Amino acid sequence: MSPVLRIGCGAGFANDRIDAAVALAERVDLDYLALECLGERTVAFAQLRKLGNPKHGYDALLERRMEALLPILARKGTRLVSNMGGANPLGAAEATVAVARRLGLKLKVAAVTGDDVLDRLDRSAPTMETEARLSDIPEIVSANAYVGVEALLPALRSDAQVILAGRVADPSLFLAPMVHRFGWQLDDWPRLARGTAVGHLLECAGQLTGGYFAEPGRKDVPDMAHLGFPYAEVDAEGNAVLAKAPGTGGRLSLQTCKEQLFYEVTDPHAYLTPDVAVDFTGIALREAGADRVAVSGAAARGRPASLKVSVGYRGGFIGEGEISYAGPGATARGRLAGEIMRERLGGEVDALQIDLIGIDSGHRRVYGNQPEPYEVRLRVAGRARTRDGAERVGEEVEALFTNGPAAGGGVRRSTREVIGVVSTLIPRDQVACRTAYFES
Amino acid sequence: MPKLHDLAHCRTGDKGDTLIVSLFAYKDADYPLLRDRVTAERLREHLQGIVEGPVKRFELPNVSGLQFVCERALAGGVTTALTLDSHGKALSYAVLEMAI
Repeated sequence: MSPVLRIGCGAGFANDRIDAAVALAERVDLDYLALECLGERTVAFAQLRKLGNPKHGYDALLERRMEALLPILARKGTRLVSNMGGANPLGAAEATVAVARRLGLKLKVAAVTGDDVLDRLDRSAPTMETEARLSDIPEIVSANAYVGVEALLPALRSDAQVILAGRVADPSLFLAPMVHRFGWQLDDWPRLARGTAVGHLLECAGQLTGGYFAEPGRKDVPDMAHLGFPYAEVDAEGNAVLAKAPGTGGRLSLQTCKEQLFYEVTDPHAYLTPDVAVDFTGIALREAGADRVAVSGAAARGRPASLKVSVGYRGGFIGEGEISYAGPGATARGRLAGEIMRERLGGEVDALQIDLIGIDSGHRRVYGNQPEPYEVRLRVAGRARTRDGAERVGEEVEALFTNGPAAGGGVRRSTREVIGVVSTLIPRDQVACRTAYFES
Repeated sequence: MPKLHDLAHCRTGDKGDTLIVSLFAYKDADYPLLRDRVTAERLREHLQGIVEGPVKRFELPNVSGLQFVCERALAGGVTTALTLDSHGKALSYAVLEMAI
């Protein structure tokens, strides 16, 4: 057995590119491929899909991903770990077995459940984001505890080649194989901290290799149309070299690693996961060849006493409408259209947002004196308690065709249900994960 | 007047209604300048109209960077906000507009 563990990231969000995962699995001899596919809201939406149909509620791209990846993983002996189970890991495992059978592959799939804590949520508990208690929130639809390495270890100790869980914390998907391979104890916090930092660096896939980074002229990234996904070679101490699938586009450098290391970190001295609290401020990044960066020096700050729970609730509906104006006076015509919308919709929806795309929709204000753009696009968004109420936004924007300023074109309208998310904490002993096995 | 854009690169991320700004000097030698000029107060002022809550700054000399945690900055949070960029992903380039 190689002294290093090779673990790659084959997805950084639910709808991530499958071809990049395939290139990574094909071109690197990975021990593990982890796919992070579960955002905060994704699990709440998945719960709603499961309510509609008990077979649903797992990752919408699961079958396509499995069709593309399973033959490679089976041939190369790479194991797959993912939170693609979403709200329904058992359904995800059954669907994976069905794909394996169609492909003529014999393999074992593990489903890890137990993160769904909706039935034991303490409604008097405070929310982490607001003054409100959970009991103040109407229509809670999901509550999923962030579980860690412990949840995945039984499956890793089995001979399952595919391990599908629900709300496993993103870095834990990567840390668990390290813990399993190197036999780290779950209170060996220094090693868990180093492994967690590696997992955090990998978890957004292309964001480590030049995605969400490139700026022509200042931060050039080659061949972005074929951006390669990253992997790590991890040693038994949890130190690692980060690298990129060979022959793919993208760039893995000190700069890309710095940006990703601190991405979405609210306290660099204590990055919290179910497994450990990690101090990132002593981390050393070092270039170790072309598209290779060595990472070491993460420190541990103990382990959080409780688990975080992501609670989804029905938050009404958002209606949106857009219309474009181009050429002379485009900005003035767009502004006039916005004023008309404010007057007609202001009293009707619960909240209204009016932007001119091309001017102030991205930053919600303008820096410096900018010349007027050649064209603008009015965007109107409104929130309402009912779908019909939210539909009114699109209706009114569409009516600008015949009732608004000159030469308004390209109306698009949509209405969607809003699932809000708040967080709370739950004692560790209230969460117990189980593993079920399926064979093709 | 040179802008932060000339000296530093930046990435923004979200946690609920909190905007997280990661700022790094292109050259390590410019880190002391960033540290001295881009204070939490100055960033909060620069992001007026965007950030409604307090701004906390962390110094990251190990990567020649600064981390800012800005509360009440995403119009109520990614899940319910009416803004077009509800994650605040585009806001790194608002930060880089700051004059240095």
